[in-house]
Amino acid sequence: MLRFIFGRLAVLIPTFIGVSIIAFSFIRLLPGDPVMLMSGERVMSPERHAELMHQLGLDRPIYVQYLDYLAGLVTGDFGSSIVTKRPVLEDFLNLFPATLELSLCAILVAVCLGIPAGVLAAVKRGTWLDQSIMGAALVGYSMPIFWWGLLLIIFFSGYLGWTPVSGRISLLYFFPSVTGFMLIDSLISGQAGAFKSALTYLILPTVVLATIPLAVIARQTRSAMLEVLGEDYVRTARAKGLSPLRVVGIHALRNAMIPVITTIGLQVGVLLAGAILTETIFSWPGIGKWMVDSVFKRDYAVVQGGLMLIAAVIMIVNLVVDLLYGLVNPRIRR
Amino acid sequence: MSLLEIKNLVVEFQTASGPFRAVDGVSLKVDEGEVLAIVGESGSGKSVSMLAAMGLLPWTAKVTADTLTFNGRDMQAMSDSDRRKIIGKDIAMIFQEPVASLNPCFTVGFQIEEVLRVHTDLGRRARRDRAIELFQSVGIPNPQERLGHFPHQMSGGQCQRVMIATALACNPKLLIADEPTTALDVTIQKQILDLLMKLQAEHGMGLIIITHDMGVVAETADRVIVQYKGRQIEEADVLSLFSAPKSVYTRALLSALPENATGGRLPTITEKLTDAEIFAGAVR
Repeated sequence: MLRFIFGRLAVLIPTFIGVSIIAFSFIRLLPGDPVMLMSGERVMSPERHAELMHQLGLDRPIYVQYLDYLAGLVTGDFGSSIVTKRPVLEDFLNLFPATLELSLCAILVAVCLGIPAGVLAAVKRGTWLDQSIMGAALVGYSMPIFWWGLLLIIFFSGYLGWTPVSGRISLLYFFPSVTGFMLIDSLISGQAGAFKSALTYLILPTVVLATIPLAVIARQTRSAMLEVLGEDYVRTARAKGLSPLRVVGIHALRNAMIPVITTIGLQVGVLLAGAILTETIFSWPGIGKWMVDSVFKRDYAVVQGGLMLIAAVIMIVNLVVDLLYGLVNPRIRR
Repeated sequence: MSLLEIKNLVVEFQTASGPFRAVDGVSLKVDEGEVLAIVGESGSGKSVSMLAAMGLLPWTAKVTADTLTFNGRDMQAMSDSDRRKIIGKDIAMIFQEPVASLNPCFTVGFQIEEVLRVHTDLGRRARRDRAIELFQSVGIPNPQERLGHFPHQMSGGQCQRVMIATALACNPKLLIADEPTTALDVTIQKQILDLLMKLQAEHGMGLIIITHDMGVVAETADRVIVQYKGRQIEEADVLSLFSAPKSVYTRALLSALPENATGGRLPTITEKLTDAEIFAGAVR
């Protein structure tokens, strides 16, 4: 098992170098540079521009800049923001809990609703229930996430007034950040109504972010279940006189979970990409919004550092999925 | 009173091109301690008629019968939950592909103890002891250790032994074996058949063997039913079937056996007989 984990970790190194090259070069392909964008509307003399570029080290050849950056990475230095001068890692660690809280809630909703929906659709194959679930999943999967978010805001926040439009918690509440998770911190603070407030702020972004993974998980669960339900061992389970709940919920679902877990793992990447849009729509102070703002400011250090850290998170999640896979599927256990 | 009695069983499947009749008017009886073989080509409705009797067909199948009783109880009038109390306990079934018939995600121990958990009130310890005892009775070496194994860690023959042990867990009155040896090597086939016959004699249970192998029929059965395209062609005791087959189809079937071959090319049934001739020559 340990050998398996170390093997997987070793593969991460070249992947990480690849990501660093992409992250480093792509942001530099965008027209404009941080100095020009910092000066805004004012006209800057070419001499002043060159001087500032020199100060930031951006006038050196690109491969020198890259090797310099790589040398920093090896020591865990992700550089500092060109705009705010704060270390990228520090900002990331401050903002990541907000994204993590939102993503965890979204994946939880997607899994808790998607798997039962897929199982139900498979068991009731061909009925109106199956068709409605799969129809809803197709709509959810096809809907542009920003448009869906705006629709929900217009209806639930604007028209009904049930949920707030943006932010993480009402301004009436203030407490120190302990875990970075607003739901947990609000409970720790003991302030009446704080948890409820945090929850109402979380609902819409969670729904928006969960929509696509929910649809994908439901469809994958349905097709995996349909395949498994036709297997000989399901017939054996029924021939033993087991209840339909036991046949479907234990014998079939356990096998159907193998491809579903892979899908859930892949959805984590989709989720983080979706978080960028969702956070922008709901002004959610997470890494998604931070990254988008940095792209607009051509804050090279933040964009490349943020990308590397997000890539690292996705790689770790994939490793965890591979380990889970072995737990569920005894045939690949070593 | 017969253990299992079926009269005029009809099974129809709903397909995209309309209803398809897989079993058409099959009738049979099995008594305690009796071995009945159902023999026929692929698609003759052997397995489907038995799956129908157990209520294991998918929802696309429509099952009707004039009589369908087990131990005097009407299986058609029974609720699903009442039927599930009989299936796996009093009627057990083993299948053609032993490895695929066991769930790959659970240990064989879990799968055999599960039957005991559902149908008996034995405690955890007692279930384990019973599982070990069952594994010993079907000839699985190191039963304690084997209980913790997954199906993919065992051979096909071993898996079929696990299936047989699972089927016998609650001392069933009737065991249905659906092509129990087809997927196994020839040497293992013989072992499994011998095991089945030994256990049948020990438990005095009724046994239905579904097969397309005349050799298996000759070695095991007391009585034989021959089916073709969902219809019953002949029913006879095993000796008279082999010595004096009454229907043209059975005669053709026996002459197509490799051991009865006389010329260079093995005769086939369809080049000799049409469906109409086969059905007209049916002897019930």
